[in-house]
Amino acid sequence: MLEEIAVNDTGDLIINVGPQHPSTHGVLHLIITLNGETIKNIDPNLGYIHRSIEKMCESLSYRQFIYVTSRMDYLSSHINNHACALTVEKGLQIEVPERAQYIRVIMDELTRLASHQLWWGAAAMDVGALTPFFHAFREREMINEIMEETCGARLTMNYNVPGGVMADIHPDFQRKTKAFLAFFKDKLPEYDELVTGNIIFQNRMKDIGIISKEDAISYGCSGPTARASGVSCDIRKTHPYSIYDKVQFDEVLETTGDSFGRYLVRMQEMRQSIHIIEQLIDNIPEGDFQAKTKAVLKLPKGEFYTRVETARGELGVYIVSEGGLTPYRIKFRSPGFSNLSALNHMAKGQKIGDMVAIMATLDLVIPDIDR
Amino acid sequence: MFITQYIKEVFTGVKSLLIGMRRTGYYFTHHKEIITQQYPNEIPVMAERFKGEVIMLHDQNNEHACTGCTACELACPNATIKIVTKFDITPEGKKKKAIDKFVYHLELCTLCNLCIEACPTGAIKMGQNFEHSVFNRAELTKVLNKPGSKVRDDVE
Amino acid sequence: MISFEYIADNIDKWLNNTFSPWLALTIEFVIVGVLCIGLFAVLGLVLIMMERKVSAYMQVRLGPNRVGPKGMFQTVADTLKLLVKEGLTPAGSDKFLFNLAPFVVMIAAMLVLAPIAFAKNFQIWDINIGVLYVSAVSSIGVIGILMAGWASNNKYSLLGAMRSGAQIVSYELSAGLSILVVVIFTGDLSISQIIESQQTGWWIFRGHIPMLIAFIIFIIAVTAETNRAPFDLAEAESELTAGFHTEYSGMKFALFFLAEYVNIFIVCAIGATLFLGGWMPLHIGNWEAFNSIMDWIPSSLWFVGKTFFLIFVIMWFRWTFPRLRIDQLLNLEWKYLLPISMFNLLLATLIAIQGWYF
Repeated sequence: MLEEIAVNDTGDLIINVGPQHPSTHGVLHLIITLNGETIKNIDPNLGYIHRSIEKMCESLSYRQFIYVTSRMDYLSSHINNHACALTVEKGLQIEVPERAQYIRVIMDELTRLASHQLWWGAAAMDVGALTPFFHAFREREMINEIMEETCGARLTMNYNVPGGVMADIHPDFQRKTKAFLAFFKDKLPEYDELVTGNIIFQNRMKDIGIISKEDAISYGCSGPTARASGVSCDIRKTHPYSIYDKVQFDEVLETTGDSFGRYLVRMQEMRQSIHIIEQLIDNIPEGDFQAKTKAVLKLPKGEFYTRVETARGELGVYIVSEGGLTPYRIKFRSPGFSNLSALNHMAKGQKIGDMVAIMATLDLVIPDIDR
Repeated sequence: MFITQYIKEVFTGVKSLLIGMRRTGYYFTHHKEIITQQYPNEIPVMAERFKGEVIMLHDQNNEHACTGCTACELACPNATIKIVTKFDITPEGKKKKAIDKFVYHLELCTLCNLCIEACPTGAIKMGQNFEHSVFNRAELTKVLNKPGSKVRDDVE
Repeated sequence: MISFEYIADNIDKWLNNTFSPWLALTIEFVIVGVLCIGLFAVLGLVLIMMERKVSAYMQVRLGPNRVGPKGMFQTVADTLKLLVKEGLTPAGSDKFLFNLAPFVVMIAAMLVLAPIAFAKNFQIWDINIGVLYVSAVSSIGVIGILMAGWASNNKYSLLGAMRSGAQIVSYELSAGLSILVVVIFTGDLSISQIIESQQTGWWIFRGHIPMLIAFIIFIIAVTAETNRAPFDLAEAESELTAGFHTEYSGMKFALFFLAEYVNIFIVCAIGATLFLGGWMPLHIGNWEAFNSIMDWIPSSLWFVGKTFFLIFVIMWFRWTFPRLRIDQLLNLEWKYLLPISMFNLLLATLIAIQGWYF
C-alpha cells in the first residue's frame, strides 16, 4: 500500500515492521518513523487477518456462532465462548446449573494460565532470551492435555453451549488439575530466577512504555495493561459474572505503568488464578452440567451486552436481536484493539528494542485486533 | 556513597545473571527433565473425547444408526455435512427414506462437535485420528456410510 | 611419542630434503592453507552441532537426533542444503560489495588463526607481536559486517550494521585492556612466550584478583565482539529480523554463519591461551610429581579442552540471557567495563611490580 519511501520529508527513516516480522506475533503492520534508533511515530496498519467474524455471526444461529469466537483471541478461546454463552443466556434468561458455572470458571482460569504462560515465554523471547519459551510450553502442555481430555480439543475447545457446558468433566479432571497446580507452583520460582530477577531483563523493561492512569483510561486500555497503571478494571471484581463473586482473589494492581509493571501484573495474575482454581477444584457441586434448553434458540427482540475479563482485558459481546433465528448484529469489544491504540503513545521517544519490549508486554493477539 | 552503590550494582547484577545460569545449567545437566516426544516413533494416545474427525459407527452387520434426518446438517455452522437421501423399498412394498450418502467435508470442518450434539440417534461420533494430511484435497471429502450399509432396524 | 610437533617437524625435514628450500616452503604454505580451510569446515560443523545440542538440553529438548547416529550429520545435511541453495542478490543492492562482504568477514577470521598455538610447538606463525596482531586483525571483521549492511540496501541491515560498528569499536577497548593485564605479567607479546610463562601455573590462578577480573571482562567483551547473545544486536532477531545478513541466502549466508562460529573459536582460543595456559597442562608450582602426571595428557587435548570449555560458557550465556538494548550495551562498556578494566590495569601493574603473585 505504500510506495517505496525510505525517508520522509523531514529526513526521518521510515521502516515497515510487519506484516511478516518475528516480534509482531502475527500479521500486524507497523509503519515506524525513526530518527536514528529513536522512534518518532508508530502507525499501526490493521486488517491483514480480518475475517469479518462479526458479519459471519449474523448468519449463524445462537448455538453456532459461539464456536467462531474461539478464533478471535485464540489464546483465551474458552473465555470468549463463555462471554457469548453468557450473553445468550442473559437474553433467554436461562438458569445455568451451579456445576456448569464451576466448570466454566475453572476452565476460564486454566485458559488464563495457559495464555499467560505463553505470553511469558513470548515476552522473554522478544527481548532475546529463547530458553524461557520452551519452559513455558512445558507447563502449557499440561493444561492443553487437561483441556484435550475434558473438552476434546487443545486450543479452540468450543466447550461452552448456551445453558452450560457441552460435556461433563472427565473423571481424571480434578486429579490432573491438582497435579498440574502442584507442578506449576513448583516451577513458578524458576520463572523468576530465569527472567524476572535477571538484571538485563529488568533494565530492558523498567521505565519504558510508560502510560499514566489518565492516559490508560482515555485510550480505553483494559486488562493487565491498564492495571499496571493503577486502573482498577478487573471485570471479575467490578462486575462479577458467573461465580466470581463467590471466590476469593485479589485484583493485581501496579502503579508504575511501565513494561515491567505489566510484566509483574501478569506474573501475579498467574498466582491469583492458581488460587482461584484451588478454591473451586475440590468443591464442584453435583448436578447437571447443562440446563434444559429448547432445540431452537430465539433471543427476544432487544439488545444484550456482556463483559468478561479475558487474559488480555475486557471483552464485550453486544448482540442486537430482532427476534429471529440469527443475531441481527453482533459487535465484539476486543481488548487487543484498544491496547494496541496506546502503542504509539507508549513507544514514542523510545528505541526500536523498546518497541519490541512494549509490544511483548501489551500481549497482542492479532486475530483479536482484526477479528 | 556513589562508589559503594556502583559496586553494589555490579554485584547484584552479576548475581542475578549467575542465578539464571544456574537454572539453565541445571537443565543442561539433568537430562531426565527432557520432555521431547519423538512423534512418529511414539504415537501419542489421544484422549477418548479428542475431536479428530467425524466418523459414523457401523456394527458387525454393516449397519449404522443414521436415519438421514439432517439434524447434523442443520446444526453444522460451515456446511461440512451433506446428506443425500434415497428411497428404499421395504419388504412390504412401501417406500422408505434412507441415506444414500453421508458426505463429510473434512477440509471445511472446525471440529466444533455441534453435529454430534444434534444427532438424535447417536449415529455419528468424533474419531481420534489426527493425522489428516493428504496429497490431494479431494481425499478430504469423505463418504461416511460404508458401501452396502443400511439403517439398523431398531432405529426410528 | 607421536605429537603434532613431531609430525610437523618430520614433514618439514622430509620436504626440505626432497625439494629445494623455496619449493618446500611453497608446499608448506599450501598444506597450511588446506589445513586451515579444513579446520574451518570441521569447526563450523562441530560448533553448530554443539550449539544445537547445548541449546536443546537447556530448553528441555533433545535437539537434532535423526540424521546419522544421534543426529551427528545434521549439520552436514544443512551445509549441503545451503550449498545448493540459490544465492540471491537483491536488485537494489551494491552488487560488488554485497558479494564481497562475506569473504571479508571470512578472511578476517582466517587471518587471526595464524598465531594460535594448537599444541606444543605447533603454531602457524609464531609472530613476536602475537597478541597485538590478534587484537588488530580481529577488528577487520566489522568492516565486512558494515559492508554487508550497507550494500544490502535494506533498512534493517543498515541498522544492524551500524549497531555492530558501534558495538565492536567500544568493546575492542576493554578486550584490549584485559589482554594488557596478561601482557604486563608476562612482559611479552608473543603467544609462545605467554604460554611458556605459565609453566608454573596458569595466569588465572597465579594472577589471582586482577587476572580474574580481566578474565571475566575479556569473556564479556569477546562475546560482544563476536556478536553473540546477549550482545547480538547486529542481528537482533526479534527487532531487526536478521540484522546485517537479512538479504543473504545460500552459501553467502553460510559464510557469515561460519565466520561467527570460527570467530567464537578464535576468541576462546585466545582466552584459553592468555588466561588458562593454552596447551600448557595444569601445573601447580613445584609439585614435580603432579606436573609430570599432567604432562602425560597430550598438549593438543589441553588446548582443545580449554577452548571448548570457554565456547560452552559463551553458549551458556546465549541460551540464558535476554538481549541488551543498544544504549545499555554502550553504557555497560563505557560506564562499567572500561572503568573497571582501567582500574584493574593499575592494580595489575602494582601487583606485577611488587611481585605479589604466585
